[in-house]
Amino acid sequence: MTASSVVPANLERFPDLHPALDSQSAVAEANRCLFCYDAPCTAACPTHIDVPRFIRKIGSGNLRGSALTILDANILGLSCSRVCPVDVLCEGSCVMHRYNKKPIEIGRLQRYAIEHGKASIACPAPGDAALNVACVGGGPASLSCAAELRRHGARVTVFDNRPLPGGLNTYGVAEYKLRPTDSLREVEMIRAMGVEFRQAEIGGAIPLSQLEAEFDFIFIGVGLGAMDRLGIPGDQLPGVIDALRFIERYKTQPSFAPGRTVIVIGGGNTAIDAANAAVRLGAQDVHLFYRRTPNEMPAFPFEYDHAKIEGVRFHWLAKPIAVVEVAGRAAAVRFANTRLTGPAGDGRQTIEVIPDSEYEVACDTVIPALGQSRLTSTLHLEINGSSVAVDRPTGRTSNPKYYAGGDCVNGGREVVDAVADGKRAALGMLSNGMAKHG
Amino acid sequence: MADLSSTFAGIRSPNPFWLASGPPTNCGEQIQRAFEAGWGGAVWKTLGDPIVNVSSRYSSVDWNGQRMMGLNNIELITDRPLETNLREITEVKKRFPQHAVIASIMVDSNREAWHTIVKRCEDAGADGLELNFGCPHGMSERGMGSAVGQVPDYACMITEWVKEVARTPVLVKLTPNVTDIRMVARAAKRAGADALSAINTINSITGIDLDTLTPRPNVGGMSSHGGYCGPAVKPIALHLIQQIAADPQAVLPLSGIGGISGWREAAEFILLGCGTVQVCTAAMHHGYRIVEDMIDGLSNWMDDKGFRTIEDFRGLSVPKITEWKHLDLNYKIVARINRETCIGCDLCYIACWDGAHQCIHFDARPPAGITVTPVSRPEALRATGGPTPPARIPHVDETECVGCNLCWLVCPVENCISMAKIDTGAPPQSWAQRTEA
Ligand SMILES: Cc1cc2nc3c(=O)[nH]c(=O)nc-3n(C[C@H](O)[C@H](O)[C@H](O)COP(=O)(O)OP(=O)(O)OC[C@H]3O[C@@H](n4cnc5c(N)ncnc54)[C@H](O)[C@@H]3O)c2cc1C
Ligand SMILES: Cc1cc2nc3c(=O)[nH]c(=O)nc-3n(C[C@H](O)[C@H](O)[C@H](O)COP(=O)(O)O)c2cc1C
Ligand code: SF4
Repeated sequence: MTASSVVPANLERFPDLHPALDSQSAVAEANRCLFCYDAPCTAACPTHIDVPRFIRKIGSGNLRGSALTILDANILGLSCSRVCPVDVLCEGSCVMHRYNKKPIEIGRLQRYAIEHGKASIACPAPGDAALNVACVGGGPASLSCAAELRRHGARVTVFDNRPLPGGLNTYGVAEYKLRPTDSLREVEMIRAMGVEFRQAEIGGAIPLSQLEAEFDFIFIGVGLGAMDRLGIPGDQLPGVIDALRFIERYKTQPSFAPGRTVIVIGGGNTAIDAANAAVRLGAQDVHLFYRRTPNEMPAFPFEYDHAKIEGVRFHWLAKPIAVVEVAGRAAAVRFANTRLTGPAGDGRQTIEVIPDSEYEVACDTVIPALGQSRLTSTLHLEINGSSVAVDRPTGRTSNPKYYAGGDCVNGGREVVDAVADGKRAALGMLSNGMAKHG
Repeated sequence: MADLSSTFAGIRSPNPFWLASGPPTNCGEQIQRAFEAGWGGAVWKTLGDPIVNVSSRYSSVDWNGQRMMGLNNIELITDRPLETNLREITEVKKRFPQHAVIASIMVDSNREAWHTIVKRCEDAGADGLELNFGCPHGMSERGMGSAVGQVPDYACMITEWVKEVARTPVLVKLTPNVTDIRMVARAAKRAGADALSAINTINSITGIDLDTLTPRPNVGGMSSHGGYCGPAVKPIALHLIQQIAADPQAVLPLSGIGGISGWREAAEFILLGCGTVQVCTAAMHHGYRIVEDMIDGLSNWMDDKGFRTIEDFRGLSVPKITEWKHLDLNYKIVARINRETCIGCDLCYIACWDGAHQCIHFDARPPAGITVTPVSRPEALRATGGPTPPARIPHVDETECVGCNLCWLVCPVENCISMAKIDTGAPPQSWAQRTEA
């Protein structure tokens, strides 16, 4: 697959959720910004983009300066402008909320600045004494780590096991937020900064020991693994496809269709993304079943609201018992009703199944959207719970040759968290390397 | 209901709102529509020997996303034949006998020429004459407009010529492009002028196209300085009006011009002594219809204030402007920040710190440093629209505050910062009194 083979029909089926600003409205919106001193939005952004500064540059017509202000803090400023849950990050902290006014549209202004700023980042050529770093995984965490290292003159190779780099930015994020072509444009920018990209499975075709011998440091940015299985009878039948594979498929395969009736199982943002996509791909009825209630749902409230507008129907307190087979395919899911039985030690509501409450819902496709497994067990690093344990300010693991960041460290958060992790790890390696090289 | 009718230097109009000489008063058809919309009077686009204009002619300064904060033009006087304009003056007066039609005029510095045009305009039915001694571009190169208005002796001489034959009131329109506007105003008064209009446009170059490096407006790759007007010039115009209003040797009935776009500015000019006000840019920007709210807003304000006529409040603010040396040095105010309404933008903090007297402080501000994602998800959700974190709410050290107003001016929240009067216990004392003692 190449960048141009993105599914063309997706452009129409998944129009931008937040359309681009034109220059008049961008300047008007920029001029609404109060230019707060020590601005809370900058603190709320995990990569600490100097938000008032880049917005002021939009107002002054200095778009290249604006784009560079963003990229300086966050090399994936473009994808972040489109995928970040801004309501709980920068825009959520805007002082305008307390003044009964709409927060400044930071995300859309950020997109405007980068799309119109035509900025490129010059990097020094690696010298003889340059650090040589391998980044394992080609998602946001590694991309950010690699770019930061290149800006300081290091030599960097990114290894990713997929045909295209970009991680979930390329294969996972909802199409109406970010398209694979946009993700790949960012990859190209980072390639132009002098980062080398190689497709290879680390731990498979290339063992870690080989990297250890060739590189000064290794950054682990492998993200999370495959989706957990339902673990009920029939969960491997044709017609059952987990949310990650479902999303990847519609984003990359032109003639993919989910059928008439779709059942999504789970209550996270990925479940919502899958359900919304099923609607847009032509399913007539899309039902989302969740074991608990809306209060316990891990999805962001604005994602839940969006799904209701898309036409997804929600069903609460329902636990899947089995996938029902007809003619070798999934034809229905059997659910049992549940009730909440009070918070457990971790504060989450536990549930119990209500006896004799089972019922079946017919469907063409079942999309489980449970948690993702961890890939880190094959790495010989200290594990905290099921994630790699690091020193947060530097990303350094218990093995001083290894640094890590992104979903594999934080257990699965946002793109911008992965970018922040990658950058911090790069700076950690650079100061460590500096000490080493004297 | 307030009575807005006006008698200005003997010229009557249903209200004090006149259109100033310019594109909105270029022809009779326009002026008739303006009167239908509610304007009380109109000063005709300056009459004289028809000229040839260039294109383009205007440029502007936009501010903060708003268009035309200030407008600049390099247009000359009317490009229509005098006979046509005069015929239309007669038609307008026939249809609108109660409305004021003033002929703005400008000809060569030649007594006969002035006598001729004065007579012809009055014969056509004009209610008054306005001598354009203000146009700062083009015409001034030919010895007219501000070339006259900048030399008190010329202004005096031409006003005298006009007064030799005029039967209607004579207004002299002043240029602001002088060091002391009172000198020309006094000259006009000496020569017998009946009223003064101020201001004409201010010499300006509005800006330069940073691609072509040509200043605006661009006339075939070249530009020329023009005259500036619109909302940006109001403070300058108000000051010049006050200068004349407070000078017994200069003061005459005043027609205020410069940056008026609504009833509020009109009220301000009247409070500084103007009997009528004139509008050009705002009518060019939004059309004649703006007069509706000027009439409505001014009458409502007058009703609220208990003013029945324009004369009831005209000039009331003139005595409230004095020389600095008479201000009370013992009057003291300090800034106070309302913690309930503060949104934590901290603009007052940085303004006082960098631009005033370093007396706004924070009680508790954690030191900046490397942070990981600052808040966990549920907390972040709650932060949306939550109360201002105490660490972001600044306070004023009142012992150090000099009461300059800066923080109050920059605060975006209405009534969040207030300036409170402090009783110093000391009796009022001005600089003049202090240095006398
Ligand atoms: C469906 C879905 C929707 C999402 N939507 C949003 C959203 O709207 N907004 C948002 O901010 N975040 C969203 N996220 C989260 C976001 O995508 C992740 O937080 C982010 O991509 C994490 O980046 P990463 O670099 O840590 O991992 P990934 O993006 O997962 O990248 C890891 C890469 O490493 C590769 N890899 C793994 N193992 C190996 C190996 N052994 N050798 C070589 N390569 C390997 C993987 O194939 C992958 O390409 C979403 C996530 C999902 C699943
Ligand atoms: C509060 C204040 C005080 C000023 N004091 C002085 C002064 O003491 N001496 C001086 O030459 N100009 C003084 N100025 C004028 C400025 O230097 C400057 O010429 C003017 O503000 C115009 O520039 P600006 O509007 O672009 O800031 C002062 C301006 C302000 C706003
Ligand atoms: S009034 Fe002036 S000196 Fe006093 S706190 Fe405000 S800015 Fe500072």
